[in-house]
Amino acid sequence: MTELTVMEQLQAEPKNFWKRVLIFLVILALVVWGSGSIHYPGMTEKGIGIASGIVHGIFHPNKELLFDLGDSGVPFLVLQTIAIAVLGTIFGAILAVPFSFLASTNIVPKPVAYFFRALILMIRTIPSMIWALVWIRVTGPGAFCGVVTQSVCSIGMISKMYITAIEDLDTGILESLDAAGCNTFQKVRVGILPQLSASFISTAIYRFDINLKDATTLGIVGAGGIGSPLVQSITYGRWSNVGAFLLALIILVLIIEYASTKIRNRLARGKAN
Amino acid sequence: MSEAGRKLPLFDQIIKPEHIVLNNGHEIDRPRSRIPLIIACLVLVIWVSLRATGFNLATIISRAGQLKVILGQIFHPNFAYFPKVVSPLIDTIKMSIVGTVVGCVIGLPLSILASSNINSNHPVLLFIRFILSLMRSIPTLIYASILTLVFDLGTFAGTIAIAFFTIGIVAKMLYESIETIDMKPYEAMTSFGASTLQAFWTACMPQILPTYIDDCLYCFELNVRASTILGYVGAGGLGVLIRERTGLRAYSDLGMVLLTLFIVVFLIDLLNDYIRSKIS
Repeated sequence: MTELTVMEQLQAEPKNFWKRVLIFLVILALVVWGSGSIHYPGMTEKGIGIASGIVHGIFHPNKELLFDLGDSGVPFLVLQTIAIAVLGTIFGAILAVPFSFLASTNIVPKPVAYFFRALILMIRTIPSMIWALVWIRVTGPGAFCGVVTQSVCSIGMISKMYITAIEDLDTGILESLDAAGCNTFQKVRVGILPQLSASFISTAIYRFDINLKDATTLGIVGAGGIGSPLVQSITYGRWSNVGAFLLALIILVLIIEYASTKIRNRLARGKAN
Repeated sequence: MSEAGRKLPLFDQIIKPEHIVLNNGHEIDRPRSRIPLIIACLVLVIWVSLRATGFNLATIISRAGQLKVILGQIFHPNFAYFPKVVSPLIDTIKMSIVGTVVGCVIGLPLSILASSNINSNHPVLLFIRFILSLMRSIPTLIYASILTLVFDLGTFAGTIAIAFFTIGIVAKMLYESIETIDMKPYEAMTSFGASTLQAFWTACMPQILPTYIDDCLYCFELNVRASTILGYVGAGGLGVLIRERTGLRAYSDLGMVLLTLFIVVFLIDLLNDYIRSKIS
Protein backbone atom coordinates (compact mmCIF):
# COMPACT_ATOMS: atom_id res chain seq x y z
CA MET A 1 0.00 0.00 0.00
CA THR A 2 1.32 3.40 -0.90
CA GLU A 3 1.56 6.01 1.80
CA LEU A 4 -1.03 8.72 1.35
CA THR A 5 -0.45 12.29 2.30
CA VAL A 6 -2.91 13.87 4.69
CA MET A 7 -4.53 15.75 1.80
CA GLU A 8 -4.98 12.60 -0.30
CA GLN A 9 -6.43 10.73 2.65
CA LEU A 10 -8.87 13.55 3.23
CA GLN A 11 -9.95 13.54 -0.40
CA ALA A 12 -10.30 9.75 -0.36
CA GLU A 13 -12.91 9.99 2.41
CA PRO A 14 -16.46 9.35 1.17
CA LYS A 15 -18.29 12.56 0.48
CA ASN A 16 -21.51 12.39 2.43
CA PHE A 17 -22.08 16.04 3.22
CA TRP A 18 -25.33 16.21 1.24
CA LYS A 19 -26.52 12.94 2.71
CA ARG A 20 -26.07 14.39 6.18
CA VAL A 21 -27.88 17.57 5.22
CA LEU A 22 -30.72 15.46 3.88
CA ILE A 23 -30.96 13.40 7.08
CA PHE A 24 -30.89 16.57 9.14
CA LEU A 25 -33.66 18.09 7.02
CA VAL A 26 -35.79 14.94 7.37
CA ILE A 27 -35.45 15.02 11.16
CA LEU A 28 -36.16 18.75 11.19
CA ALA A 29 -39.26 18.22 9.05
CA LEU A 30 -40.45 15.48 11.42
CA VAL A 31 -39.99 17.72 14.42
CA VAL A 32 -41.78 20.62 12.76
CA TRP A 33 -44.62 18.32 11.71
CA GLY A 34 -44.70 16.85 15.19
CA SER A 35 -44.71 20.10 17.07
CA GLY A 36 -47.52 21.39 14.85
CA SER A 37 -50.16 19.92 17.10
CA ILE A 38 -48.28 20.35 20.37
CA HIS A 39 -49.30 23.74 21.63
CA TYR A 40 -47.70 25.36 24.57
CA PRO A 41 -50.76 25.89 26.72
CA GLY A 42 -48.96 28.16 29.11
CA MET A 43 -48.59 27.34 32.73
CA THR A 44 -51.78 26.93 34.63
CA GLU A 45 -52.32 29.63 37.25
CA LYS A 46 -51.24 27.19 39.90
CA GLY A 47 -48.43 25.81 37.73
CA ILE A 48 -45.58 27.69 39.32
CA GLY A 49 -46.99 27.01 42.77
CA ILE A 50 -47.15 23.30 41.98
CA ALA A 51 -43.61 23.23 40.63
CA SER A 52 -42.25 24.96 43.71
CA GLY A 53 -44.45 22.76 45.90
CA ILE A 54 -42.84 19.62 44.50
CA VAL A 55 -39.32 20.94 44.91
CA HIS A 56 -40.16 22.02 48.46
CA GLY A 57 -41.80 18.66 49.14
CA ILE A 58 -38.77 16.66 48.05
CA PHE A 59 -36.54 18.58 50.40
CA HIS A 60 -39.11 18.53 53.20
CA PRO A 61 -40.73 15.10 52.94
CA ASN A 62 -43.47 14.11 55.34
CA LYS A 63 -41.34 12.37 57.98
CA GLU A 64 -44.30 10.81 59.70
CA LEU A 65 -45.24 9.00 56.50
CA LEU A 66 -41.65 8.08 55.79
CA PHE A 67 -41.30 6.13 59.03
CA ASP A 68 -44.89 4.95 59.50
CA LEU A 69 -44.81 1.16 59.74
CA GLY A 70 -48.54 0.75 59.08
CA ASP A 71 -50.25 -0.29 55.86
CA SER A 72 -50.22 3.20 54.35
CA GLY A 73 -46.70 4.10 55.42
CA VAL A 74 -43.80 4.35 53.01
CA PRO A 75 -41.88 1.26 54.28
CA PHE A 76 -44.81 -1.08 53.71
CA LEU A 77 -45.57 0.39 50.27
CA VAL A 78 -41.95 0.01 49.24
CA LEU A 79 -41.98 -3.58 50.47
CA GLN A 80 -45.18 -4.21 48.56
CA THR A 81 -43.72 -2.71 45.38
CA ILE A 82 -40.66 -4.92 45.68
CA ALA A 83 -42.87 -7.93 46.41
CA ILE A 84 -44.93 -7.30 43.27
CA ALA A 85 -41.79 -7.12 41.17
CA VAL A 86 -40.25 -10.21 42.80
CA LEU A 87 -43.30 -12.39 42.31
CA GLY A 88 -44.03 -11.00 38.85
CA THR A 89 -40.48 -11.72 37.75
CA ILE A 90 -40.32 -15.22 39.26
CA PHE A 91 -43.68 -16.30 37.85
CA GLY A 92 -42.92 -14.63 34.53
CA ALA A 93 -39.52 -16.32 34.32
CA ILE A 94 -41.08 -19.72 35.03
CA LEU A 95 -43.98 -19.21 32.60
CA ALA A 96 -41.54 -18.03 29.93
CA VAL A 97 -39.63 -21.33 29.90
CA PRO A 98 -42.25 -23.41 28.01
CA PHE A 99 -43.02 -20.47 25.72
CA SER A 100 -39.42 -19.98 24.75
CA PHE A 101 -38.75 -23.67 24.11
CA LEU A 102 -41.88 -23.80 21.95
CA ALA A 103 -40.68 -20.75 20.01
CA SER A 104 -37.12 -21.93 19.34
CA THR A 105 -36.56 -23.09 15.79
CA ASN A 106 -33.97 -25.69 16.82
CA ILE A 107 -36.41 -27.46 19.19
CA VAL A 108 -39.79 -27.42 17.42
CA PRO A 109 -40.82 -27.24 13.73
CA LYS A 110 -40.76 -23.77 12.19
CA PRO A 111 -44.55 -23.17 11.90
CA VAL A 112 -45.04 -23.92 15.62
CA ALA A 113 -42.10 -21.68 16.50
CA TYR A 114 -43.46 -18.79 14.45
CA PHE A 115 -46.92 -19.16 15.99
CA PHE A 116 -45.49 -18.85 19.48
CA ARG A 117 -43.26 -15.98 18.40
CA ALA A 118 -46.30 -14.06 17.19
CA LEU A 119 -47.97 -14.76 20.55
CA ILE A 120 -44.90 -13.50 22.43
CA LEU A 121 -44.76 -10.39 20.23
CA MET A 122 -48.40 -9.73 21.05
CA ILE A 123 -47.80 -10.01 24.78
CA ARG A 124 -44.85 -7.65 24.46
CA THR A 125 -46.66 -5.00 22.43
CA ILE A 126 -49.61 -4.50 24.76
CA PRO A 127 -48.45 -2.05 27.42
CA SER A 128 -48.45 -3.39 30.97
CA MET A 129 -50.98 -0.74 32.01
CA ILE A 130 -53.53 -2.30 29.67
CA TRP A 131 -52.83 -5.77 30.98
CA ALA A 132 -53.40 -4.34 34.43
CA LEU A 133 -56.71 -2.76 33.35
CA VAL A 134 -57.83 -6.15 32.02
CA TRP A 135 -56.64 -8.15 35.02
CA ILE A 136 -58.13 -5.72 37.48
CA ARG A 137 -61.59 -6.90 36.39
CA VAL A 138 -60.55 -10.42 37.29
CA THR A 139 -58.64 -9.94 40.51
CA GLY A 140 -60.04 -6.68 41.79
CA PRO A 141 -57.79 -3.74 42.67
CA GLY A 142 -54.73 -4.29 44.82
CA ALA A 143 -51.22 -5.65 44.80
CA PHE A 144 -52.45 -9.06 43.67
CA CYS A 145 -53.48 -7.54 40.34
CA GLY A 146 -49.97 -6.13 39.95
CA VAL A 147 -48.42 -9.55 40.47
CA VAL A 148 -50.64 -11.23 37.89
CA THR A 149 -50.11 -8.40 35.40
CA GLN A 150 -46.36 -8.51 35.70
CA SER A 151 -46.27 -12.30 35.48
CA VAL A 152 -48.00 -12.08 32.11
CA CYS A 153 -46.12 -9.05 30.80
CA SER A 154 -42.73 -10.41 31.75
CA ILE A 155 -43.27 -13.47 29.57
CA GLY A 156 -42.89 -11.36 26.42
CA MET A 157 -39.47 -9.88 27.00
CA ILE A 158 -38.04 -12.79 29.02
CA SER A 159 -39.03 -15.31 26.33
CA LYS A 160 -37.38 -13.18 23.68
CA MET A 161 -34.06 -13.31 25.54
CA TYR A 162 -34.46 -17.00 26.45
CA ILE A 163 -35.04 -17.89 22.79
CA THR A 164 -31.71 -16.35 21.85
CA ALA A 165 -29.98 -18.39 24.56
CA ILE A 166 -31.74 -21.61 23.53
CA GLU A 167 -30.94 -21.15 19.84
CA ASP A 168 -27.28 -20.62 20.72
CA LEU A 169 -27.16 -24.02 22.49
CA ASP A 170 -24.09 -26.02 21.59
CA THR A 171 -25.52 -29.42 20.62
CA GLY A 172 -22.04 -30.94 20.23
CA ILE A 173 -21.95 -31.33 24.01
CA LEU A 174 -25.12 -33.41 23.94
CA GLU A 175 -23.61 -35.70 21.34
CA SER A 176 -20.49 -36.26 23.39
CA LEU A 177 -22.62 -36.92 26.49
CA ASP A 178 -24.58 -39.42 24.42
CA ALA A 179 -21.33 -41.09 23.45
CA ALA A 180 -20.35 -41.23 27.10
CA GLY A 181 -23.60 -43.09 27.82
CA CYS A 182 -25.56 -40.46 29.76
CA ASN A 183 -29.32 -40.76 30.16
CA THR A 184 -31.72 -37.94 29.30
CA PHE A 185 -31.80 -36.49 32.80
CA GLN A 186 -28.02 -36.40 33.03
CA LYS A 187 -27.82 -34.81 29.58
CA VAL A 188 -30.17 -32.04 30.64
CA ARG A 189 -28.42 -31.61 33.98
CA VAL A 190 -24.83 -31.31 32.72
CA GLY A 191 -25.31 -30.59 29.01
CA ILE A 192 -28.11 -28.03 28.84
CA LEU A 193 -28.64 -26.40 32.24
CA PRO A 194 -25.09 -25.01 32.62
CA GLN A 195 -25.34 -23.45 29.17
CA LEU A 196 -28.64 -21.76 29.89
CA SER A 197 -28.61 -20.94 33.60
CA ALA A 198 -26.32 -17.90 33.48
CA SER A 199 -28.22 -16.13 30.72
CA PHE A 200 -31.61 -17.14 32.17
CA ILE A 201 -30.76 -15.75 35.59
CA SER A 202 -29.22 -12.65 34.05
CA THR A 203 -32.39 -12.05 32.02
CA ALA A 204 -34.59 -12.54 35.07
CA ILE A 205 -32.58 -10.03 37.10
CA TYR A 206 -32.69 -7.52 34.25
CA ARG A 207 -36.44 -7.99 34.03
CA PHE A 208 -36.73 -7.54 37.79
CA ASP A 209 -35.11 -4.16 37.34
CA ILE A 210 -37.72 -3.25 34.70
CA ASN A 211 -40.60 -4.74 36.68
CA LEU A 212 -39.71 -2.72 39.74
CA LYS A 213 -39.95 0.54 37.79
CA ASP A 214 -43.11 -0.72 36.18
CA ALA A 215 -44.64 -1.69 39.53
CA THR A 216 -44.44 1.94 40.60
CA THR A 217 -46.56 3.04 37.66
CA LEU A 218 -49.04 0.16 37.74
CA GLY A 219 -50.34 1.66 40.97
CA ILE A 220 -51.90 4.45 38.91
CA VAL A 221 -54.57 2.08 37.61
CA GLY A 222 -55.01 0.59 41.08
CA ALA A 223 -52.65 -2.36 40.98
CA GLY A 224 -51.03 -1.76 44.35
CA GLY A 225 -47.57 -0.59 45.26
CA ILE A 226 -46.29 2.92 45.82
CA GLY A 227 -47.79 4.34 42.61
CA SER A 228 -51.40 4.86 43.64
CA PRO A 229 -50.79 6.85 46.84
CA LEU A 230 -48.15 8.85 44.97
CA VAL A 231 -50.50 9.85 42.17
CA GLN A 232 -53.29 10.55 44.65
CA SER A 233 -51.03 12.87 46.62
CA ILE A 234 -50.07 14.60 43.38
CA THR A 235 -53.70 15.16 42.40
CA TYR A 236 -54.66 16.45 45.83
CA GLY A 237 -51.53 18.57 46.05
CA ARG A 238 -50.14 17.13 49.28
CA TRP A 239 -46.58 17.97 48.36
CA SER A 240 -44.85 16.76 51.50
CA ASN A 241 -46.39 13.31 50.91
CA VAL A 242 -45.36 13.47 47.25
CA GLY A 243 -41.84 14.31 48.43
CA ALA A 244 -41.78 11.32 50.79
CA PHE A 245 -43.01 8.90 48.12
CA LEU A 246 -40.71 10.26 45.41
CA LEU A 247 -37.73 10.11 47.73
CA ALA A 248 -38.46 6.48 48.61
CA LEU A 249 -39.01 5.65 44.93
CA ILE A 250 -35.76 7.25 43.80
CA ILE A 251 -33.70 5.56 46.50
CA LEU A 252 -35.35 2.20 45.80
CA VAL A 253 -34.75 2.38 42.06
CA LEU A 254 -31.16 3.55 42.43
CA ILE A 255 -30.30 0.74 44.86
CA ILE A 256 -31.93 -1.96 42.74
CA GLU A 257 -30.32 -0.66 39.55
CA TYR A 258 -26.90 -0.66 41.17
CA ALA A 259 -27.35 -4.15 42.64
CA SER A 260 -28.74 -5.65 39.45
CA THR A 261 -25.88 -4.28 37.33
CA LYS A 262 -23.36 -5.68 39.83
CA ILE A 263 -24.94 -9.13 39.87
CA ARG A 264 -25.32 -9.29 36.10
CA ASN A 265 -21.69 -8.27 35.58
CA ARG A 266 -20.64 -11.06 37.94
CA LEU A 267 -22.78 -13.57 36.10
CA ALA A 268 -21.39 -12.48 32.74
CA ARG A 269 -17.77 -12.67 33.81
CA GLY A 270 -18.05 -15.68 36.10
CA LYS A 271 -17.14 -15.44 39.77
CA ALA A 272 -15.37 -12.14 40.36
CA ASN A 273 -12.23 -12.76 42.37
CA MET B 1 -7.52 -20.86 51.09
CA SER B 2 -4.05 -21.44 52.42
CA GLU B 3 -2.19 -22.05 49.15
CA ALA B 4 -3.67 -18.98 47.50
CA GLY B 5 -3.25 -16.97 50.68
CA ARG B 6 -6.76 -15.68 50.18
CA LYS B 7 -9.40 -15.11 52.81
CA LEU B 8 -12.27 -17.56 52.65
CA PRO B 9 -15.66 -16.20 51.64
CA LEU B 10 -17.95 -15.68 54.62
CA PHE B 11 -20.12 -18.63 53.62
CA ASP B 12 -17.15 -21.03 53.72
CA GLN B 13 -16.05 -19.66 57.09
CA ILE B 14 -19.39 -20.55 58.62
CA ILE B 15 -19.95 -23.85 56.84
CA LYS B 16 -16.55 -25.51 56.59
CA PRO B 17 -15.56 -26.87 53.15
CA GLU B 18 -15.52 -30.62 52.72
CA HIS B 19 -11.99 -31.95 53.28
CA ILE B 20 -11.02 -34.62 50.76
CA VAL B 21 -7.80 -36.66 50.60
CA LEU B 22 -7.26 -37.79 47.03
CA ASN B 23 -5.81 -41.19 46.08
CA ASN B 24 -2.46 -39.63 45.26
CA GLY B 25 -2.21 -38.08 48.72
CA HIS B 26 -3.15 -34.49 47.79
CA GLU B 27 -5.48 -32.76 50.20
CA ILE B 28 -8.14 -30.40 48.87
CA ASP B 29 -11.01 -28.41 50.33
CA ARG B 30 -14.19 -28.57 48.36
CA PRO B 31 -16.54 -25.68 49.22
CA ARG B 32 -20.04 -26.81 50.17
CA SER B 33 -22.80 -26.20 47.65
CA ARG B 34 -24.56 -22.84 47.95
CA ILE B 35 -27.73 -24.16 46.35
CA PRO B 36 -29.59 -25.01 49.62
CA LEU B 37 -28.88 -21.53 51.00
CA ILE B 38 -30.04 -19.87 47.77
CA ILE B 39 -33.22 -21.94 47.72
CA ALA B 40 -33.92 -21.15 51.37
CA CYS B 41 -33.50 -17.42 50.71
CA LEU B 42 -35.69 -17.63 47.63
CA VAL B 43 -38.45 -19.46 49.51
CA LEU B 44 -38.33 -16.87 52.29
CA VAL B 45 -38.48 -13.98 49.80
CA ILE B 46 -41.39 -15.56 47.94
CA TRP B 47 -43.26 -16.24 51.17
CA VAL B 48 -42.86 -12.64 52.35
CA SER B 49 -43.89 -11.38 48.91
CA LEU B 50 -46.97 -13.59 48.82
CA ARG B 51 -48.01 -12.23 52.21
CA ALA B 52 -47.35 -8.60 51.22
CA THR B 53 -49.32 -8.77 47.99
CA GLY B 54 -52.23 -10.93 49.16
CA PHE B 55 -51.67 -13.41 46.37
CA ASN B 56 -54.59 -15.77 45.91
CA LEU B 57 -54.52 -18.35 43.16
CA ALA B 58 -58.13 -19.40 43.82
CA THR B 59 -59.38 -15.97 42.70
CA ILE B 60 -57.73 -16.32 39.31
CA ILE B 61 -59.16 -19.78 38.77
CA SER B 62 -62.67 -18.93 39.91
CA ARG B 63 -62.79 -15.67 37.94
CA ALA B 64 -60.99 -16.84 34.81
CA GLY B 65 -64.31 -16.69 32.96
CA GLN B 66 -64.30 -12.90 33.32
CA LEU B 67 -60.89 -12.75 31.66
CA LYS B 68 -62.15 -14.90 28.81
CA VAL B 69 -65.03 -12.48 28.22
CA ILE B 70 -62.76 -9.43 28.17
CA LEU B 71 -60.09 -11.01 25.99
CA GLY B 72 -62.79 -12.35 23.70
CA GLN B 73 -64.07 -8.82 23.14
CA ILE B 74 -60.57 -7.41 22.69
CA PHE B 75 -59.87 -10.01 20.00
CA HIS B 76 -63.01 -8.95 18.14
CA PRO B 77 -62.05 -5.35 17.50
CA ASN B 78 -64.77 -2.93 16.52
CA PHE B 79 -63.50 -1.71 13.14
CA ALA B 80 -66.11 1.04 12.98
CA TYR B 81 -64.23 2.71 15.82
CA PHE B 82 -61.07 3.13 13.71
CA PRO B 83 -61.71 6.72 12.49
CA LYS B 84 -61.74 7.90 16.12
CA VAL B 85 -58.38 6.23 16.78
CA VAL B 86 -56.46 7.99 13.99
CA SER B 87 -56.13 11.47 15.44
CA PRO B 88 -54.96 10.43 18.96
CA LEU B 89 -52.62 7.93 17.33
CA ILE B 90 -50.97 10.68 15.29
CA ASP B 91 -50.75 12.77 18.47
CA THR B 92 -48.99 9.90 20.20
CA ILE B 93 -46.48 9.52 17.37
CA LYS B 94 -45.87 13.27 17.25
CA MET B 95 -45.35 13.36 21.00
CA SER B 96 -42.79 10.58 20.87
CA ILE B 97 -40.94 12.05 17.87
CA VAL B 98 -40.61 15.52 19.37
CA GLY B 99 -39.90 14.19 22.86
CA THR B 100 -37.22 11.82 21.61
CA VAL B 101 -35.50 14.43 19.42
CA VAL B 102 -35.50 17.04 22.19
CA GLY B 103 -34.29 14.49 24.73
CA CYS B 104 -31.55 13.15 22.47
CA VAL B 105 -30.28 16.63 21.59
CA ILE B 106 -30.12 17.71 25.24
CA GLY B 107 -28.70 14.33 26.26
CA LEU B 108 -25.62 14.68 24.03
CA PRO B 109 -23.88 17.58 25.82
CA LEU B 110 -24.84 16.10 29.20
CA SER B 111 -23.24 12.79 28.26
CA ILE B 112 -20.02 14.58 27.30
CA LEU B 113 -20.01 16.22 30.72
CA ALA B 114 -20.65 12.83 32.32
CA SER B 115 -17.84 10.86 30.66
CA SER B 116 -14.73 10.58 32.78
CA ASN B 117 -12.29 10.53 29.85
CA ILE B 118 -13.41 13.91 28.49
CA ASN B 119 -14.43 15.79 31.60
CA SER B 120 -11.65 15.85 34.17
CA ASN B 121 -13.64 17.91 36.66
CA HIS B 122 -14.65 15.20 39.10
CA PRO B 123 -17.29 17.01 41.19
CA VAL B 124 -19.13 18.23 38.08
CA LEU B 125 -18.96 14.71 36.61
CA LEU B 126 -20.46 13.13 39.72
CA PHE B 127 -23.11 15.82 39.98
CA ILE B 128 -24.21 15.34 36.35
CA ARG B 129 -24.30 11.57 36.77
CA PHE B 130 -26.36 11.92 39.92
CA ILE B 131 -28.85 14.16 38.14
CA LEU B 132 -29.03 11.70 35.26
CA SER B 133 -29.79 8.76 37.58
CA LEU B 134 -32.44 10.87 39.30
CA MET B 135 -34.03 11.59 35.94
CA ARG B 136 -34.01 7.91 35.01
CA SER B 137 -35.40 6.68 38.30
CA ILE B 138 -38.70 8.54 37.97
CA PRO B 139 -41.05 6.83 35.49
CA THR B 140 -42.42 8.76 32.51
CA LEU B 141 -45.93 8.39 33.85
CA ILE B 142 -45.09 10.13 37.12
CA TYR B 143 -43.46 12.99 35.19
CA ALA B 144 -46.57 13.21 33.06
CA SER B 145 -48.93 13.29 36.03
CA ILE B 146 -46.96 16.12 37.61
CA LEU B 147 -46.52 18.03 34.35
CA THR B 148 -50.21 17.86 33.46
CA LEU B 149 -50.80 19.87 36.62
CA VAL B 150 -48.03 22.35 35.86
CA PHE B 151 -48.92 22.88 32.18
CA ASP B 152 -52.55 21.87 31.83
CA LEU B 153 -53.78 18.67 30.20
CA GLY B 154 -52.64 17.79 26.71
CA THR B 155 -49.79 16.74 24.50
CA PHE B 156 -47.34 19.42 25.65
CA ALA B 157 -47.02 17.87 29.12
CA GLY B 158 -46.60 14.43 27.54
CA THR B 159 -43.86 15.64 25.22
CA ILE B 160 -41.91 17.23 28.05
CA ALA B 161 -42.32 14.07 30.15
CA ILE B 162 -40.93 11.94 27.32
CA ALA B 163 -38.06 14.37 26.76
CA PHE B 164 -37.12 14.27 30.46
CA PHE B 165 -36.99 10.51 30.60
CA THR B 166 -35.13 10.29 27.27
CA ILE B 167 -32.40 12.65 28.48
CA GLY B 168 -31.71 10.31 31.39
CA ILE B 169 -31.44 7.15 29.30
CA VAL B 170 -29.68 8.54 26.23
CA ALA B 171 -27.06 10.35 28.27
CA LYS B 172 -26.34 7.24 30.32
CA MET B 173 -26.02 4.91 27.33
CA LEU B 174 -23.92 7.50 25.53
CA TYR B 175 -21.42 8.25 28.29
CA GLU B 176 -20.87 4.53 28.71
CA SER B 177 -19.92 4.28 25.03
CA ILE B 178 -17.89 7.51 25.08
CA GLU B 179 -15.78 5.99 27.84
CA THR B 180 -14.83 3.02 25.67
CA ILE B 181 -13.69 4.95 22.58
CA ASP B 182 -10.15 5.23 21.27
CA MET B 183 -8.69 8.38 22.81
CA LYS B 184 -5.62 8.68 20.58
CA PRO B 185 -7.22 10.92 17.91
CA TYR B 186 -8.57 13.12 20.70
CA GLU B 187 -5.13 13.45 22.27
CA ALA B 188 -3.65 14.22 18.86
CA MET B 189 -6.21 16.98 18.35
CA THR B 190 -5.61 18.53 21.77
CA SER B 191 -1.85 18.45 21.17
CA PHE B 192 -2.47 20.52 18.00
CA GLY B 193 -4.10 23.06 20.26
CA ALA B 194 -7.75 22.22 19.68
CA SER B 195 -10.16 23.06 22.46
CA THR B 196 -11.94 20.21 24.26
CA LEU B 197 -15.10 20.81 22.27
CA GLN B 198 -13.32 20.99 18.89
CA ALA B 199 -11.33 17.86 19.67
CA PHE B 200 -14.45 16.03 20.81
CA TRP B 201 -16.38 17.03 17.71
CA THR B 202 -13.72 15.93 15.22
CA ALA B 203 -12.09 12.99 17.01
CA CYS B 204 -14.82 11.43 19.18
CA MET B 205 -18.04 12.28 17.39
CA PRO B 206 -17.36 10.03 14.36
CA GLN B 207 -16.64 7.16 16.74
CA ILE B 208 -19.79 7.49 18.82
CA LEU B 209 -22.18 8.62 16.08
CA PRO B 210 -23.38 5.10 15.12
CA THR B 211 -23.99 4.20 18.80
CA TYR B 212 -25.68 7.54 19.37
CA ILE B 213 -28.10 7.02 16.50
CA ASP B 214 -28.71 3.46 17.66
CA ASP B 215 -29.46 4.68 21.20
CA CYS B 216 -31.80 7.37 19.84
CA LEU B 217 -33.72 4.77 17.83
CA TYR B 218 -33.93 2.51 20.86
CA CYS B 219 -35.31 5.39 22.91
CA PHE B 220 -37.79 6.18 20.17
CA GLU B 221 -39.07 2.60 20.33
CA LEU B 222 -39.36 2.81 24.11
CA ASN B 223 -41.07 6.18 23.90
CA VAL B 224 -43.66 5.09 21.36
CA ARG B 225 -44.69 2.34 23.77
CA ALA B 226 -44.56 4.63 26.78
CA SER B 227 -46.42 7.50 25.15
CA THR B 228 -49.45 5.35 24.38
CA ILE B 229 -50.30 5.18 28.05
CA LEU B 230 -49.35 8.75 28.97
CA GLY B 231 -52.84 9.84 28.08
CA TYR B 232 -54.09 7.82 31.02
CA VAL B 233 -53.03 10.66 33.31
CA GLY B 234 -54.27 13.24 30.81
CA ALA B 235 -51.14 13.89 28.77
CA GLY B 236 -52.75 13.36 25.38
CA GLY B 237 -52.60 10.61 22.79
CA LEU B 238 -54.04 7.11 22.73
CA GLY B 239 -54.06 6.78 26.50
CA VAL B 240 -57.06 9.10 26.72
CA LEU B 241 -59.05 6.66 24.60
CA ILE B 242 -57.76 3.68 26.56
CA ARG B 243 -58.89 5.22 29.83
CA GLU B 244 -62.28 6.20 28.44
CA ARG B 245 -62.98 2.86 26.76
CA THR B 246 -61.95 0.69 29.71
CA GLY B 247 -63.99 2.92 31.96
CA LEU B 248 -67.03 2.27 29.78
CA ARG B 249 -66.11 -1.42 29.50
CA ALA B 250 -66.18 -1.05 25.69
CA TYR B 251 -63.56 -3.72 25.19
CA SER B 252 -64.06 -4.23 21.47
CA ASP B 253 -63.23 -0.53 20.97
CA LEU B 254 -60.19 -1.08 23.16
CA GLY B 255 -59.35 -4.03 20.92
CA MET B 256 -59.35 -1.68 17.92
CA VAL B 257 -57.04 0.74 19.73
CA LEU B 258 -54.69 -2.12 20.60
CA LEU B 259 -54.74 -3.53 17.08
CA THR B 260 -53.76 -0.15 15.62
CA LEU B 261 -51.11 0.23 18.27
CA PHE B 262 -49.77 -3.24 17.52
CA ILE B 263 -49.48 -2.48 13.80
CA VAL B 264 -47.87 0.92 14.35
CA VAL B 265 -45.33 -0.41 16.86
CA PHE B 266 -44.52 -3.25 14.50
CA LEU B 267 -44.01 -0.87 11.56
CA ILE B 268 -41.85 1.48 13.62
CA ASP B 269 -39.70 -1.44 14.78
CA LEU B 270 -39.29 -2.56 11.16
CA LEU B 271 -38.32 0.96 10.10
CA ASN B 272 -35.80 1.21 12.92
CA ASP B 273 -34.30 -2.17 12.04
CA TYR B 274 -33.96 -0.95 8.46
CA ILE B 275 -32.20 2.27 9.55
CA ARG B 276 -29.92 0.24 11.82
CA SER B 277 -28.94 -2.12 9.02
CA LYS B 278 -28.17 0.92 6.85
CA ILE B 279 -25.90 2.41 9.51
CA SER B 280 -23.89 -0.69 10.33
